[in-house]
Amino acid sequence: MEKKVRFNSCWLPWLLIAPQMCVVLVFFFWPAGRAIYQSVLNEDAFGTSTEFVGLENFTRLFNDATYLQSFQTTAIFSLLVAVCGLTLALLLAVMADRVLRGAGVYKTLLIWPYAVASAVAGVVWLFMFASPMGVVAYTLRALGMNWNHLLDPADAMALIVMAAVWKQISYNFLFFLAGLQSIPRSLIEAAAIDGASPWYRFRTIVFPLLSPTTFFLLVINVVYAFFDTFAIVDAATHGGPGKATSILVYKVYYDGFKAMDLGGSAAQSVILMLIVVTLTVVQFKFVERKVQY
Amino acid sequence: MKQSTSNMTAALALTFAGLLSQPVQAQTEIQWWHAMGGALGEWVNDLAKDFNATQTAYKIVPVFKGSYDEAMTAAIAAFRAGNAPHILQVFEVGTATMMASKGAIQPVAEVMKTAGVAFNPAAYVPAVAGYYTAPNGEMLSFPFNSSTTVFHYNKDAFKTAGLDPEKPPKTWAEVADASAKLKASGHACPFTTSWVSWTQLESFSTWHNNEFATKGNGMDGIDARLTFNSPLHVRHIENLANMAKKGEFVYKGRGNAADAVFVSGECAMMTGSSGLYGNIKRNAKFASGISTLPYYADVQGAPQNTVIGGASLWVMSGKKADEYKGVAQFFAFLSTPEQAAKSHQLTGYLPLTLASFELTEKSGFYKENPGTDVAVTQMIRKTTDKSRGIRLGNFVQIRTIIDEELEPVWSGKVAPKAALDAAVKRGNEQLERFQKANSR
Repeated sequence: MEKKVRFNSCWLPWLLIAPQMCVVLVFFFWPAGRAIYQSVLNEDAFGTSTEFVGLENFTRLFNDATYLQSFQTTAIFSLLVAVCGLTLALLLAVMADRVLRGAGVYKTLLIWPYAVASAVAGVVWLFMFASPMGVVAYTLRALGMNWNHLLDPADAMALIVMAAVWKQISYNFLFFLAGLQSIPRSLIEAAAIDGASPWYRFRTIVFPLLSPTTFFLLVINVVYAFFDTFAIVDAATHGGPGKATSILVYKVYYDGFKAMDLGGSAAQSVILMLIVVTLTVVQFKFVERKVQY
Repeated sequence: MKQSTSNMTAALALTFAGLLSQPVQAQTEIQWWHAMGGALGEWVNDLAKDFNATQTAYKIVPVFKGSYDEAMTAAIAAFRAGNAPHILQVFEVGTATMMASKGAIQPVAEVMKTAGVAFNPAAYVPAVAGYYTAPNGEMLSFPFNSSTTVFHYNKDAFKTAGLDPEKPPKTWAEVADASAKLKASGHACPFTTSWVSWTQLESFSTWHNNEFATKGNGMDGIDARLTFNSPLHVRHIENLANMAKKGEFVYKGRGNAADAVFVSGECAMMTGSSGLYGNIKRNAKFASGISTLPYYADVQGAPQNTVIGGASLWVMSGKKADEYKGVAQFFAFLSTPEQAAKSHQLTGYLPLTLASFELTEKSGFYKENPGTDVAVTQMIRKTTDKSRGIRLGNFVQIRTIIDEELEPVWSGKVAPKAALDAAVKRGNEQLERFQKANSR
């Protein structure tokens, strides 16, 4: 089946993608270029004195043990957010797909969190877990568990992972649901008639057919965890206790906006950009092979 | 990448805001960016309104810009875009940054002199004005709202625990005693603190006449280095760590997170800002008291004086001479004894001038509101080279480093000495960078 549209004109395709290219240039390439430029400068807060320092901002970062440690923190955080976010969303999507009555209500409720700003998501979860008044913290204590994200690194990490996953779950859910609904019913019904159990049908038919969606969401979620979560960290833990939840992007935000160290902050965003570009390339090279379109 | 986008957006937004607010009337508008929300925001608006009513040439326009660091970030973005406000409120830890940004600011003393407005630096409370004065004696910013560290306690909880509510603990030994008794009476949070670095290390140092950093705590030069890992500091943090282990000191988070749990009655005693007074008075459902910061009785020279917090007003550069005249008149208005006394009594911030302090004393305000004079008497003392104030570069980062290193101490994972050593080492790296950046 040939679906491709063919253009005979040589300028029309360019014209059609021009608006999108403008957006990408202005909102991605220009700021990215500025970040690279700024990362080799040392400036005072007001920009009254600027000096070219070469790679000094970078060497300083790599001599800082706490910075290197935050790579590990970021890896753990991103992995947890991506894995938990995708698993939960897939589970919810499969459930919602089977619901016959009131499906609209379920779907609306599940999509709702997407409209919540990151900082608000962080605060909402912080309230629930704030000891001793928070609802969840109170329940946990009644069950004999002592929750204290202010001093326990594992609790703090769990808190920001939960907030970050919750914030992203609607997005994942939407794509999974759309993916599920595009799977031909006849395939599943045929398998059911042949006696395949629901789990077997999911594993051998649904999941493989969902793989393009899953792959797309994996990339999106990793990028989300790397870039879009600083507001959650800032609202919920400030990177503490110690540096237990100080992920890379939070340090970019902190150094740039709280500490006014624009050069150092820009150098970190350049590093972060390289990491995400590398990760995305790796994902496309290795994971995409397993994807069946 | 991210922050450049946001900077750009902020700059764009500010440009449009600037275009929209072009003055149409003959009055000269003076933009004042501040970080005073809630009741304090009303106070700021009233100040502007009152000043605007006294004359017709100038109009002060106060603009709320969020928290202290948000206001500063916004002003920096605006300055870079050529749209800085005339007056900017900057918190005390941002002072060294502002002082180093010579091209961005206009010293207050100069603004007053050029405008021909009478100005006497000696009229201001020395411990406060001294902090905002350059080593050459020139006053750089206007000491608008200064607070200091005090000890707040819950009188009702004291009664329940069998403690005398009119006899607050004066020393750390007495604080430990009171904590144990409160704990025994079933109190879940006997003692907590806001601003760990400010109350437990900075003010702690000057209160005991010990250095927090060399070079007169950075007041004498930018080559200062941190010294808060001395035996006295280690002893104090060990003491707090022991209290934490016994559940007598409960850590409630960074910044002023502990304020809310004291006001709600969850914690019985706390060290924090004197500026919390208004909040407690309005919102607490228990009788509360203010006392001086606790000290160690065996340390010679203690108690000395505490250090200031709060913020000051900076005048930004690149404005018209006429506009600076308006700024100068506004500052003169704020400094009149009546106006300054009114502000002091309303907010709990320190009095701006000595005359306003005397006026408040004469009016009997301190007698009617016991405890409101604690902050003042802690500050209006003869200071020493070690207690004049603490002014360090990259101070925002240093405070965060202290929070980061001390949190594992409160959970018992790291020894106090090791944590303080690590904080000093990391903090000194910040000071070295600041020195390097500002001596080129």
